[in-house]
Amino acid sequence: MHENKEFYPWLDAKQKPYIQIERVTKKFGDFVAIDNLSLDIYRNEFFALLGPSGCGKTTLLRMLAGFEKPTEGRILLDGEDVSSVPPHQRLVNMMFQSYALFPHMTVEKNIGFGLKQDKVPAAQIKKRVDDMLELVQLGQFARRKPHQLSGGQRQRVALARSLIKQPKLLLLDEPLGALDKKLREQTQFELMNLQEELGITFMIVTHDQEEAMTVSSRIGLMINGDLEQVATPSELYETPKSRFVAEFIGDVNLLEGRYDGSGEFGLTMVCKESDSAIQSTQRLDVAHGTTIWAAIRPEKLEISKQRPEGTPNVLKGKVWDIGYGGSFSTYHVHLPNGKAMTAVRANRERSLEKSITWEDDVYLSWAPKSAVILTD
Amino acid sequence: MSNKGVLITGGQSEMGPLAAAQMRLASFAPYRWFVAAIIWIADKLGLRGRSLVIAMPYLWLLVFFLLPFAIVFKLSFSEIAIAIPPYTPIVSWVDGIYLRLQLSFESYQLLFEDSLYIKAYLNSIKIATVSTLLTLLIGYPMAYGMVRAPKQWRTTLLMLVILPFWTSFLIRVYAWIGILKTKGLLNLLLMNLGIISEPLTILNTNVAVYIGIVYSYLPFMILPLYANLEKLDGSLLEAAADLGCGPFKAFWTITIPLSTAGIVAGCFLVFIPAVGEFVIPDLLGGSDTLMIGKTLWVEFFNNRDWPLASAVAVLLLLILIVPIVLFQKFQERANAQSA
Ligand SMILES: Nc1ncnc2c1ncn2[C@@H]1O[C@H](COP(=O)(O)OP(=O)(O)OP(=O)(O)O)[C@@H](O)[C@H]1O
Ligand SMILES: [Mg+2]
Repeated sequence: MHENKEFYPWLDAKQKPYIQIERVTKKFGDFVAIDNLSLDIYRNEFFALLGPSGCGKTTLLRMLAGFEKPTEGRILLDGEDVSSVPPHQRLVNMMFQSYALFPHMTVEKNIGFGLKQDKVPAAQIKKRVDDMLELVQLGQFARRKPHQLSGGQRQRVALARSLIKQPKLLLLDEPLGALDKKLREQTQFELMNLQEELGITFMIVTHDQEEAMTVSSRIGLMINGDLEQVATPSELYETPKSRFVAEFIGDVNLLEGRYDGSGEFGLTMVCKESDSAIQSTQRLDVAHGTTIWAAIRPEKLEISKQRPEGTPNVLKGKVWDIGYGGSFSTYHVHLPNGKAMTAVRANRERSLEKSITWEDDVYLSWAPKSAVILTD
Repeated sequence: MSNKGVLITGGQSEMGPLAAAQMRLASFAPYRWFVAAIIWIADKLGLRGRSLVIAMPYLWLLVFFLLPFAIVFKLSFSEIAIAIPPYTPIVSWVDGIYLRLQLSFESYQLLFEDSLYIKAYLNSIKIATVSTLLTLLIGYPMAYGMVRAPKQWRTTLLMLVILPFWTSFLIRVYAWIGILKTKGLLNLLLMNLGIISEPLTILNTNVAVYIGIVYSYLPFMILPLYANLEKLDGSLLEAAADLGCGPFKAFWTITIPLSTAGIVAGCFLVFIPAVGEFVIPDLLGGSDTLMIGKTLWVEFFNNRDWPLASAVAVLLLLILIVPIVLFQKFQERANAQSA
């Protein structure tokens, strides 16, 4: 959805990063919440943080906003070390995961709070608050107190409150989680518009990978307080660095095997699910017999009743379950050794649906270039 | 009543102290009559189970507040007499046929005619107001500091606030005499430090009364404030800071408004008893410290004017009802807001 498709500042050595997180460690007592994490974020980026619960996403945002001090390392904002700048002097706004709306103030007052602190004239505050209310579609709730709103409405107030100052850096901690699909998509769209119009750099935490994929320029996948991989959405999906990344982003079939030389295409892997060696166009520089994994996305897996020609990677199995998903169907296939595989196929012809059914013996196949070989 | 029997006979062996006390109470005949009477009355009124539970506090109010008040109220319309008890009955038989109702407004008349009483009321209110504000000024930072203290200290700090209650109130007020008198601890300390050369006269002045009230009622201010401030969500202050609000301003715009319920509760808990306070002005105040509690005592015990003392009490209650009703209204609003 990004209009500016050629936006890759991280590839340009001349670009200066806007935020530099340099080997930051954060400990709570003995517990290491952020573990020697480094990350550069560029102006106008829409950076998404993904990761399992408790991996340290909120902690990282809180350090950027100034609520936590790094135990080690430093954070530079626009080239300046901000370690000693208190939160109320940082030109950063954050939307809290818990919303943190002021319960004694109306929606209007909550949203206008930030401008009031900057001594913006009342008339101008009123106008900008009204614009924000319109943006988050809460016009008729302006005079309500937070406790008179639904969860999703509160979330939108929190979002509006953090947006109104149009900060240089906006930190959003799960900003859209409580919204329904339609409203979420609308708001995502609005956020991207705002970012393009105002040149705000966004850092957003989300549990919704689809959201991360649609809105972000890059995704940082966190685990145990460190970044596992930082890449564009498509890179992350197509070339995950590890099994963790492959499994976290979307669905994936993983086959474990041993490296068996370079072979005809690039490398071969022997695995117990397949009689013949698995072929991949990828090249690896590892010793013979090293444990490696082939990661195949369900939509890259062909399913057929006849043995397919033209690919060396074929597995035999039995259809165990079929999930109908409207435009596509998901086939759960059990291999003879019991391993479950998932294949997705578009429902183009109606007759096809009938051609493969429960308990059918089927072949799963994929092209040598379709699998990603992982060493970790 | 049948399950009460089961309660008494069953499970003797594993009975805790509470259950044992309950059993002893249940076998105490007047208590059983009382419970039986209440249940019988409630039954007649159509109250059972849940409504009975709801009725209990009202019953409590009726027995321990409204009835005594009715007696005092009745007394205030009598006239002083040399008799036992020392007042005239307001209802009496005439010739054994007519029932005569004799209401005297003399006591009330006196309350308004003699400026002493009005002055005493006004002075009590003034002293209570000033002490309440002083208590708030001292109590708020203390409560705030306690909430901000490391978690493992908080229980200890809370205990320290409650600790004075373990000694008799009377003894603690007495102790202040030793501190405040001319050759008391405070004067000795200040003179030895060279801050003053002549001892200060604090005891038997209004200042001593303020000190006594603030000291005695401080826990009643701190506890509701502490309970209130402890619930304050710290992320609200972070959000305020995030939006460019400095810590001092955040205190005024976020912390104070969100702790009004605690402030109001603390102020009433101090103000209401302070207005009627008798012990502190009597022990620490001077002869010119005019407070209504002391006046009441003098009328009742020294002058043995029970009707006048009752009238003083009735008027005091009327004066206190105004803030109590305000408090009630405020609580209702606060409840509606947090619901
Ligand atoms: N103040 C604190 N004291 C001690 N431990 C903390 C503190 N704040 C966070 N942690 C711990 O640090 C880890 C990371 O917490 P964080 O809130 O950053 O997770 P998260 O990635 O935002 O998770 P979620 O997706 O559930 O919001 C967690 O294990 C948490 O228990
Ligand atoms: Mg979080």
